[in-house]
Amino acid sequence: MTRAQASGGGGRRASGRVVRVEGPAVALPRDNIDTDQIIPARFLKTTTREGLGAHLFAGWRPCILDEPAARGARILVAGRNFGCGSSREHAPWALLDFGFGAVVAGSFADIFRQNALKNGLLPVALPEPEHAQVLALTVSQPGVGLEVDLERQLLSWPSGACPFSIDPFARECLLQGVDEIGYVLRQEKAIEEYEARQPASER
Amino acid sequence: MPRTIIDKIWERHLVASPGAAPALLYIDLHLVHEVTSPQAFEGLRRRGLRVRRPERTFAVADHAIPTTPLADPIADPVAARQVSQLEANCREFGIPCYGRGHERQGIVHVAGPELGLTRPGTTIVCGDSHTATHGAFGALAFGIGTSEVEMVLATQCLLQRRPRTCRIRVDGALAPGVSAKDLVLAIIAKLGVNGGTGFVFEYAGAAVRSLSMEGRMTLCNMSIEAGARAGLVAPDDTTFAWLHGRPFAPSGAAWDAALRRWRELASDPDAAFDREASLSADGLAPMITFGTNPAMAVAIDGSVPDPGGVSDEGDRQALRRALEYMAIEAGKPLLGQRLDVVFVGSCTNGRLEDLREAARLLRGRRVHPGVRMLVVPGSRAVRAAAEAEGLNRVFLDAGAEWREPGCSMCIAMNGDELKPGQRAISTSNRNFEGRQGPGSRTMLASPATAAACAVAGVVADPRRFA
Repeated sequence: MTRAQASGGGGRRASGRVVRVEGPAVALPRDNIDTDQIIPARFLKTTTREGLGAHLFAGWRPCILDEPAARGARILVAGRNFGCGSSREHAPWALLDFGFGAVVAGSFADIFRQNALKNGLLPVALPEPEHAQVLALTVSQPGVGLEVDLERQLLSWPSGACPFSIDPFARECLLQGVDEIGYVLRQEKAIEEYEARQPASER
Repeated sequence: MPRTIIDKIWERHLVASPGAAPALLYIDLHLVHEVTSPQAFEGLRRRGLRVRRPERTFAVADHAIPTTPLADPIADPVAARQVSQLEANCREFGIPCYGRGHERQGIVHVAGPELGLTRPGTTIVCGDSHTATHGAFGALAFGIGTSEVEMVLATQCLLQRRPRTCRIRVDGALAPGVSAKDLVLAIIAKLGVNGGTGFVFEYAGAAVRSLSMEGRMTLCNMSIEAGARAGLVAPDDTTFAWLHGRPFAPSGAAWDAALRRWRELASDPDAAFDREASLSADGLAPMITFGTNPAMAVAIDGSVPDPGGVSDEGDRQALRRALEYMAIEAGKPLLGQRLDVVFVGSCTNGRLEDLREAARLLRGRRVHPGVRMLVVPGSRAVRAAAEAEGLNRVFLDAGAEWREPGCSMCIAMNGDELKPGQRAISTSNRNFEGRQGPGSRTMLASPATAAACAVAGVVADPRRFA
């Protein structure tokens, strides 16, 4: 089994690739779970990425995350529009630090999805009715085994599977372990040329 | 081919747009604050990189700083460390930093515009979802995460997919006592909290044109509450008059050249948007939220919706849960609902015009004895201007607190927070569970409504306090 190499408890992927995330899943069956729920602002005074898992969903604890079924949980299943609200990257850091490698939802807020992808946390948006089906399954069977296969873009559960779409560039970066900042730094010449084209008053 | 203002700004900032990969977009202005930057600077150090364009980068301390008198040290050692780390990082990387007490300090989305850093036609980012505020000037401005902050520090660019465009046309005219805040709450209630996901909004129409720059900032500020990363208003004479003479605004021949470019920015008459929405400002009432997301808003003289009348199962459960959290009963009028605290401030409503509006209602009146009212100016400049007009006296005479600038009770990470179970009328932008402290209950409204509520001691209609 290939586990997502989501930087041992730390949050950000160092240089590891993410190919597949599999393991127990738990559900928070709500729509519009905002980043203030995922990690409340009072925990944002940290200057590192580590240790945020202890405060994941702090306002809702104790909850399913504290039950035995959540031990070793790798996948969180939620409702629609997961991660709305602030731009805090602490949200994916907290989810990763807790041990999650993927979030399955009906849809994601834009900034959260970007932040998740840049940290190797897989945002898996499922169409209906499969989303409702997986959510109901995980609610009724906490800890049920799910598998997110990024290469095949397929989410599987014991009795079924559903393809999902994901940004092809982000997917490739995750599969190959491409560092996006390194990728842009290699386009220095194009950036310099762009700057040289600007009128002096705008440089 | 006719283009929207969003297309024009996007295309003008393309460094490269390779086929399948996201476009490489040049960023003109990068605003930085203490909460979402430390890990990005650490990343630069680890890679041995410098900030590519420090002169396009500006930092302020706003989220974690106290709003108590400046002579008091930052009591929270964790916050103090975060603020001093911002200052150290800015020194190390050569970035201007306006820290606590600096005359240019303020909430990043209040200070940037008033310094003239925010300009029409530019791309602006910040590790903060309310960066859309700067769209009021006809800029493409959006919030980014810390990995992207690191990317922009290192390269002055971002990898981005082209956003879809949505024009929101607001015709008619706002009635007296009804403000941009009421308008944006009505827009979010109409579109829903994810109605704008994947889109950039252009706000257009007569009611938008007649807004002041402060009103346009309030409007654009809350675009993200409908899921849109950015929202903007095409620049016009109102914009140019507001910008002229600001410290970082162009001057002399450069101003004239800039004006010529800025006048070209407006969407072409036949430009096609991916989506269009519209509503009328005529007859719009002051709006207030009753639930736990900004789309859960109604007219202040309306009543709390009944979950029984909601067809979607998920929406019905969310509404039921929200009413339970807010301790508010379905079917009851909003007017007369109890409250504990009134907060006037934030990047949504912490500008001079907002404070004037709150003061207009408070002049000669008293904050109800059962209510604590905090007034937190959005910047030092706003604070100074308000004091020059005597607004601080109005607030203090009414029994409100007049505090130092910062994000304060909008995000409640600096010690300014509600006690569990308390209910606030807040001019900020989010009413999520626990947003203003664990167990806090937030009702979003305009500065005029907030002041009316403070006087009445319960939810009240500002139109009755003319």
